[in-house]
Amino acid sequence: MHNKSVAELSRELESGKISSVELTREFLDRIKAEDKQYNSFIAVTEDQAMADAKAADEQRAAGNASVWTGVPFAHKDIFCTKGVATTAGSKMLANFVPPYDSTVTANFRAAGAVCLGKTNMDEFAMGSSNESSFFGPVTNPWGLSAGEKRVPGGSSGGSAAAIAARLVPAATATDTGGSIRQPAALCGITGLKPTYGRVSRYGIIAFASSLDQGGTMARTAEDNALMLNVMAGFDPKDSTSVDRAVPDYTATLNEPLKGLRVGLPKEYFSDQLSPAMEQQIRNAVKEYEKLGATVKEVSLPHAKLAIAAYYVIAPAEASANLSRFDGVRYGYRCENPQDLNDLYTRTRAEGFGDEVKRRILVGTYALSAGYFDAYYLKAQKVRRLIQQDFINAFKEVDVLMSPVSPSPAFVQGANTNDPVTMYLEDIFTIAVNLAGVPAMSVPAGFVDGLPVGLQIIGNYFDEARLLNAAHQFQQVTDWHQKLPQ
Amino acid sequence: MTISREDIEKVAVLARIRLDEEQIPALEDDLGNILSLVDQLRAADTDNVEPLSHPLDAVQRLRADEVTETNQREAFQAIAPATEDGLYLVPRVIE
Repeated sequence: MHNKSVAELSRELESGKISSVELTREFLDRIKAEDKQYNSFIAVTEDQAMADAKAADEQRAAGNASVWTGVPFAHKDIFCTKGVATTAGSKMLANFVPPYDSTVTANFRAAGAVCLGKTNMDEFAMGSSNESSFFGPVTNPWGLSAGEKRVPGGSSGGSAAAIAARLVPAATATDTGGSIRQPAALCGITGLKPTYGRVSRYGIIAFASSLDQGGTMARTAEDNALMLNVMAGFDPKDSTSVDRAVPDYTATLNEPLKGLRVGLPKEYFSDQLSPAMEQQIRNAVKEYEKLGATVKEVSLPHAKLAIAAYYVIAPAEASANLSRFDGVRYGYRCENPQDLNDLYTRTRAEGFGDEVKRRILVGTYALSAGYFDAYYLKAQKVRRLIQQDFINAFKEVDVLMSPVSPSPAFVQGANTNDPVTMYLEDIFTIAVNLAGVPAMSVPAGFVDGLPVGLQIIGNYFDEARLLNAAHQFQQVTDWHQKLPQ
Repeated sequence: MTISREDIEKVAVLARIRLDEEQIPALEDDLGNILSLVDQLRAADTDNVEPLSHPLDAVQRLRADEVTETNQREAFQAIAPATEDGLYLVPRVIE
């Protein structure tokens, strides 16, 4: 059962072939037996999951089931779950038990899905390798058979690794600069970052509020559509949530792709991309041509400035958001504070990890007197130029295609010496967040036995078209069905 | 781009993060490298470009001025490090 998709599991439950209690037991047993080698979960909520499974079976017997009723899944540990510790991968929140649910977790609860636990992540979602978690690094299931411990990508590396290892069929994730797409690519699964404002941020522990967006991870595009159906929608509790009708994302999955106009941004097929990676992406684009798409080169002339703009805007917003962690109202507090300032400064020195502190310091610097115009305002102006590039491109084409990452999963520890080397890992994903458009990562081949992700970028609120394009690709390829040994 | 020890110490005070002496040399390197990366922005011509703070250029939504939340002080304070009589406790500020 653990190799089946959400859609398949839902049908098995509906037909009565298996109960949610049995299914939940099977996945919990797999996590217990296998997750020691991956460390993809921070917490497994076994008792709650079994109780929810029992309730789901009763609901189904009573004829009140949704697609998700009784289907196991997991939440990235950045979504607040009422009564269950929510840590954001940080010592600062290791003991934080939220008194409320995020809108996303409440939606999955209402749909009857069974949450098995909380998945590991880079601390406060700051990272591209899942090595900055207070709860230890996550190991990618791919490459382990060759005796190599590779990163799963980040920051949603726990969700991606758990799905790749078949410990859960689906998991929630968030993406501020590539944190859904890059781990999805490195772990050989399918992930979607929706348009900014499409999924409520209420109860998602904030990193950079003008960039953060909750999204989906699963093996198939169809399962991503089923997740987005539950997650998307207007939420008055999120001031940047968009009040706009939500389509049924599964309804258009089978539309033919004939006439789809695909653009290849030339800046994303640059020297940073290895020839072997490029070959896989070009092969994937050829499959789209076979499906009836037309392909042309386009330009995003300011894309090369995306990382620079991002590393002003994201740390600046993070420095403001993370100022709330003061050791007073919840979370970590240092021992024996001498005075109020000692309480603040030692709590934050001891509670935050190195990467989080670096970003808070950079952000504070960029916002401080004398530097605001040169850094923050300048970065926001460049952000406008980057957005305009996408607006112009989408006048000519329906979707953009590119690699997700410049190389496949790297070995743990390879990029931890210099933060800037790690930042360049997101070179193809960050502009999307600055513009706020939606994008997916779809399994599209292998290099040296490691998965490669194809990035498909869409216009604002064009998630249905992305899912359609990914689903059609998955009808004629089987990259998403490959299993790590 | 380099960042001085004095700048780092000043920013750490603003950010309320205590730094130990031995952390500063590595931070000079790391923050200097990050700021060098960020300095690419200078090359961009942004004359007459409006800053973008929200991808959809949305403005703050207002709601009716009605009571929508009930008081949950006990639930919120149950997870606090130290409280007394419904108040959060911090070290003495005024002698």
